[in-house]
Amino acid sequence: MFGLNRNDTLLLIVVALLTMLAPFLLNPFPEGSSLAQFNGGYPDLMQRFVIFGIFAIGFNILFGLTGYLSFGHAAFLGVGSYAAIWMMKLLTMNVIPAIILSVIVAGLFSLLVGYICLRRSGIYFSILTLAFAQMSYALAYSVLTPITGGETGLQPKLNDPRILDAAVGSGVTPRANLFGIEMGTSWQMDWNGWVFTFNAGYYLAAIIMLIAFYLSIRIFRSPFGLMLRAVKTNQNRLNYTGVNTKPYTLAAFVISGMYAGLAGGLLVAMDTQVGPERMFWTASGEVVLMTILGGVGTLIGPVLGAGLIKYMENILSKINESLLEAWFAFMPDAVSDVMVTLLSLFVGKGWHLTLGLLFMIVVIFLPGGLVGGLIGGGRRMFRSNDRKATRKTKSNQTPPTSQTAE
Amino acid sequence: MAILQVRNVSKRFGGLQALNDVNLSVEKGTVHAIIGPNGAGKSTLLNCFVGRLIPDTGTVMFDGKSLLGIKPHQINQIGVSRVFQTPEIFGDLTLLENVMIPTFAHRDGAFKVNWWNRADRESDVQDHAEAILQEIGLYEKRLEIADSMSRGDKRRLEMAMCLSQDPKLLLLDEPTAGMSRADTNATIDLLKRLGETRGLTKVIIEHDMHVVFSLANYISVLAQGTVIAENTPELIKGDPRVKEAYLGTEAE
Ligand SMILES: Nc1ncnc2c1ncn2[C@@H]1O[C@H](COP(=O)(O)OP(=O)(O)OP(=O)(O)O)[C@@H](O)[C@H]1O
Ligand SMILES: [Mg+2]
Repeated sequence: MFGLNRNDTLLLIVVALLTMLAPFLLNPFPEGSSLAQFNGGYPDLMQRFVIFGIFAIGFNILFGLTGYLSFGHAAFLGVGSYAAIWMMKLLTMNVIPAIILSVIVAGLFSLLVGYICLRRSGIYFSILTLAFAQMSYALAYSVLTPITGGETGLQPKLNDPRILDAAVGSGVTPRANLFGIEMGTSWQMDWNGWVFTFNAGYYLAAIIMLIAFYLSIRIFRSPFGLMLRAVKTNQNRLNYTGVNTKPYTLAAFVISGMYAGLAGGLLVAMDTQVGPERMFWTASGEVVLMTILGGVGTLIGPVLGAGLIKYMENILSKINESLLEAWFAFMPDAVSDVMVTLLSLFVGKGWHLTLGLLFMIVVIFLPGGLVGGLIGGGRRMFRSNDRKATRKTKSNQTPPTSQTAE
Repeated sequence: MAILQVRNVSKRFGGLQALNDVNLSVEKGTVHAIIGPNGAGKSTLLNCFVGRLIPDTGTVMFDGKSLLGIKPHQINQIGVSRVFQTPEIFGDLTLLENVMIPTFAHRDGAFKVNWWNRADRESDVQDHAEAILQEIGLYEKRLEIADSMSRGDKRRLEMAMCLSQDPKLLLLDEPTAGMSRADTNATIDLLKRLGETRGLTKVIIEHDMHVVFSLANYISVLAQGTVIAENTPELIKGDPRVKEAYLGTEAE
């Protein structure tokens, strides 16, 4: 279906179901219960899941397929955001033109940056991209203040031209919308103590994420994707095989830059403001972590990695000492004190510590990331069955198997 | 008619004269062997043909076009394929994908963003790659990952990759090194068959004299960067200079 093989179709359907049902799945705990703070099903966080999912999917097209590790992709995200906000200021608060422009501008910017950085490979390439991103950050922060709003950033103002929009009444802040449907619109459903929130912005971002995911599957399975994987394995051989590898890597770079721009545009569509910190190097590093955590070169891994990191960032960081004390109140004081002191290192502001530990565990014990680990485990379990199966189908036409699985 | 014409090629690495005024002409449809002791400059010479190295002086003409100053992928696109001394394959990919990649490069040229179609639905490429693997005896292993193969199989895979492009000139740098006797003989048979069915021109570097004398129509002997003898196999066998070049290095 959709021109995909059976496994890929299945994966796409599962991901579609998960994203569409996310308001339920991410809110497993009733409102008011002590576990309710682990609920991730509120609009702001759900939007982040899918938007950073898009960012990571795109990053994976470059890093996962070609092996080129960019440390500067947040620059494209940021440029996308600035482009989107300018579209909203000048043209209309409708998010569609904003999102389209963010993709185009990020694409052009990544063409320039990629053209220069791809003159080198390996660590030098990474450093060049990092340098570019930090330069962009510095420019946005200072020199380009007339365009970027400097430190304070940009947001739509009452007196912006917005030539396509009807004038808003005085004192009414203009809101991002899709042909009149405001992105912030939410509809709540109460059910026996559970509260589920359905948010217009989330569903728009989720649908765009599904399209982006589908396109990435097509790229992965295409001859173009095969060439990119060949770049990663043995670029030297590829050159002697009659392939000009430069434009291939540049194409992958620009595509991933456009995905980043799309994510940046969507961030603005959901929350109409942007500041230079969006381009800071930690933001570039975060997408690297997401991709590696979930599984480099796997289709769904980066999305999972993005979700996991955003969940930890928003949920773990909210847990504070008094909460921990409440949880361990049933223990003897001495024990509970120790537990609270110990665990408080890993929550609240210390959530980065948990992330670091998790990252180390995954990299050391699951070199293929979470998805690689799952598939590897499954393979080991079913290996004997597989052998029998291949023997049977040997005469049939079977697709190549090095294709990255789920 | 000479398909490859090498004139006065010299190459120096620092203080080492790796190639010294080498002249060579390879006739179309023949197997031209280059032999010589270790470090004679054989691989260096091939590197000058495929754009890996640029000679300090001299010219390399292929099919009437100069091979100097154009990029490796352009050289391949005009019909020159090379098997390397240490197998250069796509280690993480399956054998089938390894052969599909050069087939795509042959069909689509040096660059094409064909991102919407499915690689495994491009049946012309798929069928062609499978046929080549069949011919070379790796069809049964086509879904295995290339890195898991034996050294001999890797070499054969690399040969399959080159053959899939239907080159005019095939350069083979020690194609049987690391192969068992049986595999070596199979490779000899394969290369002979290729000569008959495709009329392919081959330049082959080889240490194994059994292979050389089974295949070559013409032999050039390289020692310390200089062609010290060139002739048909029968005449090379008895040449005292050749014996000396080999015995000389063995005595060291
Ligand atoms: N890129 C290079 N830089 C410096 N020296 C080199 C380079 N390539 C080859 N050489 C030197 O040039 C000489 C010829 O090397 P080459 O690899 O051509 O020999 P060969 O005839 O292929 O030997 P073998 O039979 O061992 O493969 C050697 O002394 C080698 O060390
Ligand atoms: Mg050599």
